[in-house]
Amino acid sequence: MKSFRIGCGAGFAGDRIDPARDLAERGRLDVLVFECLAERTIALAQRRRRDDPAAGADPLLAERMRAVLPACRAAGTRIVTNMGAANPLAAGREVLAVGRALGLRGLRVAVVEGDDVLPWVLRHDGALLDDPRSVAALRPRLVSANAYLGADALLPALASGAEVIVCGRVADPALFLAPLMHHFGWAADDWLRLGQGIVVGHLLECAAQVSGGYLAEPGVVEVPGLADLGFPLAEVAADGSACITKLDGSGGRVDRLSVTAQLLYEIEDPARYLQPDVVADFTQVRLEAAGPDRVHVSGGRGAPRPDTLKVSLGVLEGFVGEGQISYGGAGARARGGLALQVLRERLQRLGLGDLEHRAELIGVDALHGPASRAGADPGEVRARLAARCGTRDEAELIGREVEALYLNGPAGGGGVTTSVREVLAVASTLVPRHAVAPRCTLLQEDA
Amino acid sequence: MKLRDIAIARSGDKGQRATLTVVALDPRDFPRLQALLSPELVARRYRGIVQGPVQRWLLPQLAALHFVLHDALGGGVTRSLALDAHGKTLSSALLDLDIPGDD
Repeated sequence: MKSFRIGCGAGFAGDRIDPARDLAERGRLDVLVFECLAERTIALAQRRRRDDPAAGADPLLAERMRAVLPACRAAGTRIVTNMGAANPLAAGREVLAVGRALGLRGLRVAVVEGDDVLPWVLRHDGALLDDPRSVAALRPRLVSANAYLGADALLPALASGAEVIVCGRVADPALFLAPLMHHFGWAADDWLRLGQGIVVGHLLECAAQVSGGYLAEPGVVEVPGLADLGFPLAEVAADGSACITKLDGSGGRVDRLSVTAQLLYEIEDPARYLQPDVVADFTQVRLEAAGPDRVHVSGGRGAPRPDTLKVSLGVLEGFVGEGQISYGGAGARARGGLALQVLRERLQRLGLGDLEHRAELIGVDALHGPASRAGADPGEVRARLAARCGTRDEAELIGREVEALYLNGPAGGGGVTTSVREVLAVASTLVPRHAVAPRCTLLQEDA
Repeated sequence: MKLRDIAIARSGDKGQRATLTVVALDPRDFPRLQALLSPELVARRYRGIVQGPVQRWLLPQLAALHFVLHDALGGGVTRSLALDAHGKTLSSALLDLDIPGDD
C-alpha cells in the first residue's frame, strides 16, 4: 500500500503562512493540518464570541485558506484545522466564502462541534486537576469550558468527503490521527496503531519544531535557512510507522536531534501520554536515519483510552499590571537595582506592598532568578515590575509608578513601556464521555 | 566545559509543571548524561524557580533524558507574572552547567 502523506501547515495561531503554501503546492499531500489553538486561545475566542455572536473563529483563518485552498484543490489535498476555535460553524462559513471568492466551485466544508461543555460544567461539579478547589468554586468567573475531543469526533467529517474540516478544541495529535484512522481503517481499539499514530501526530503538531525550528545553538547546533524553514510532513505506512521529512530546498533540518526534542516536548510520563483516543507509550520509539532530512519513526505503542475527557476551563482571575524601564552604560546594573528598590518602596507607600509581584532586571535575573549566571556588569539592563492586581485601576498604577521613574528615579532611565492585561487563566477538570456529544455539519456552496 | 557542548535541551509547559528534555549530541554520551544529570542535581540547578520535586525518565534508545519539574511556572502560563511565562528559557539554564571535561 502506498504511503499516506500528511503535513503540518501551522503549529500555533501566529505561525508563518508561506511554508504552508509551499507544502500545499509541492507536498503532494493527502492531508494538510493546521494546529492553531493553544490552551488559552479558545477561552479568549469565547469572550470575543460573547460580545459578537458571529466572532470566535481564528482571526487568520481566511488568510491561511486563501494561501492554500487553490493548491489543495488542484492536488486533491484535504485540510483539517482547529481554527474554528470558539465558533466552528462561523469558521466553516468563512471558508466557504473564501472558496467562493477564489472561484472554487462546489467546495464542501465539514464543521465539527460539541467541544463546548460549558452548560454541563455549570450543572455538574467536579474536581480540578492540580488545584484543591472544585469546578463550582470557579463558576462565577467561568468564561469557557471546552472538552478535548478525540479523533473519533472527526471521523464522520472525514467520511463525508468534505475537502475542509473545521473544528474547535480537539486534542492536537488527534487532528493527525483521525485522517490516518480514516485512510487505513484502523479500529478505535487498535491501541498499538493508535499509539503509533499519536507519535506521528505529536511529532507534526508543532510544525517547524520537528524540522529544525527551536533547535539552533550557534557554534554547537547549526540549522541552515531559519528564515525559510520547511514545515514537516510524514509519509505514513499502514502500520503507522512513518518517515518524517520536509520539502527539498526548504530551510531547517530533520534528524535524530530535531525529532527527539519534539517527540518528548511537553510530554509528562513518556510511557503514558494521555489522549482521548488512546494512552500512548513513547518509551519504545525508535528513530533511524533514512536519508538527508529523513527520519524513520516506529515503535509507538498504546493502551486503552481513558474513561474521561479533559476539559479546559477559562477563568477570569483579575489583572496583571507591568512596567519596564532601561538603563545603559557604566553602572547600569546599580541604577537598575536602585530603580527596583524605589519601586518596592513606592508599592508600600501606596498600600500595595502585599501584592504578589516580581521586581527584576532583564539582562541579569529576569529569566532564571536565583539560577542566573553571576557575571560582569552588563552594558544595559531593563528593570521590570509586574504585579497581580484585583482591579484594572490598581494594575494601571503599576505601570504609572515605573513611568514616574523618568523624572523621579535614578539617572538615565529610558524606553518605558507599560501594560495591563486581564488574566484569563486556564484550569482543568475531567468529564465523563457521555457529557460530550460531538456533531458534524456539512456546508456546501450552491453549485 | 559546559553541558551545551555535549547536549541540547528543550523545555515547555504543562499546567504548573515544566517539562525538560535533554538529548545527547553524540549518542555515546548518553551514559555520561545519565550519570551527571540526577534529579537531585537538576532540582539544585533550579532552586528558587522549581518549588516541587523533579522526576526523571531515561530513554536510552533515543539518547535522551526527560524531566518534569513540578510547581515550576508560578501557577502556569496563564497566571504567571514571569517574563517567560512558559518556562521555555529554563532549558538554557541547565545547558549553562559546568561539567567535567574530556581529558
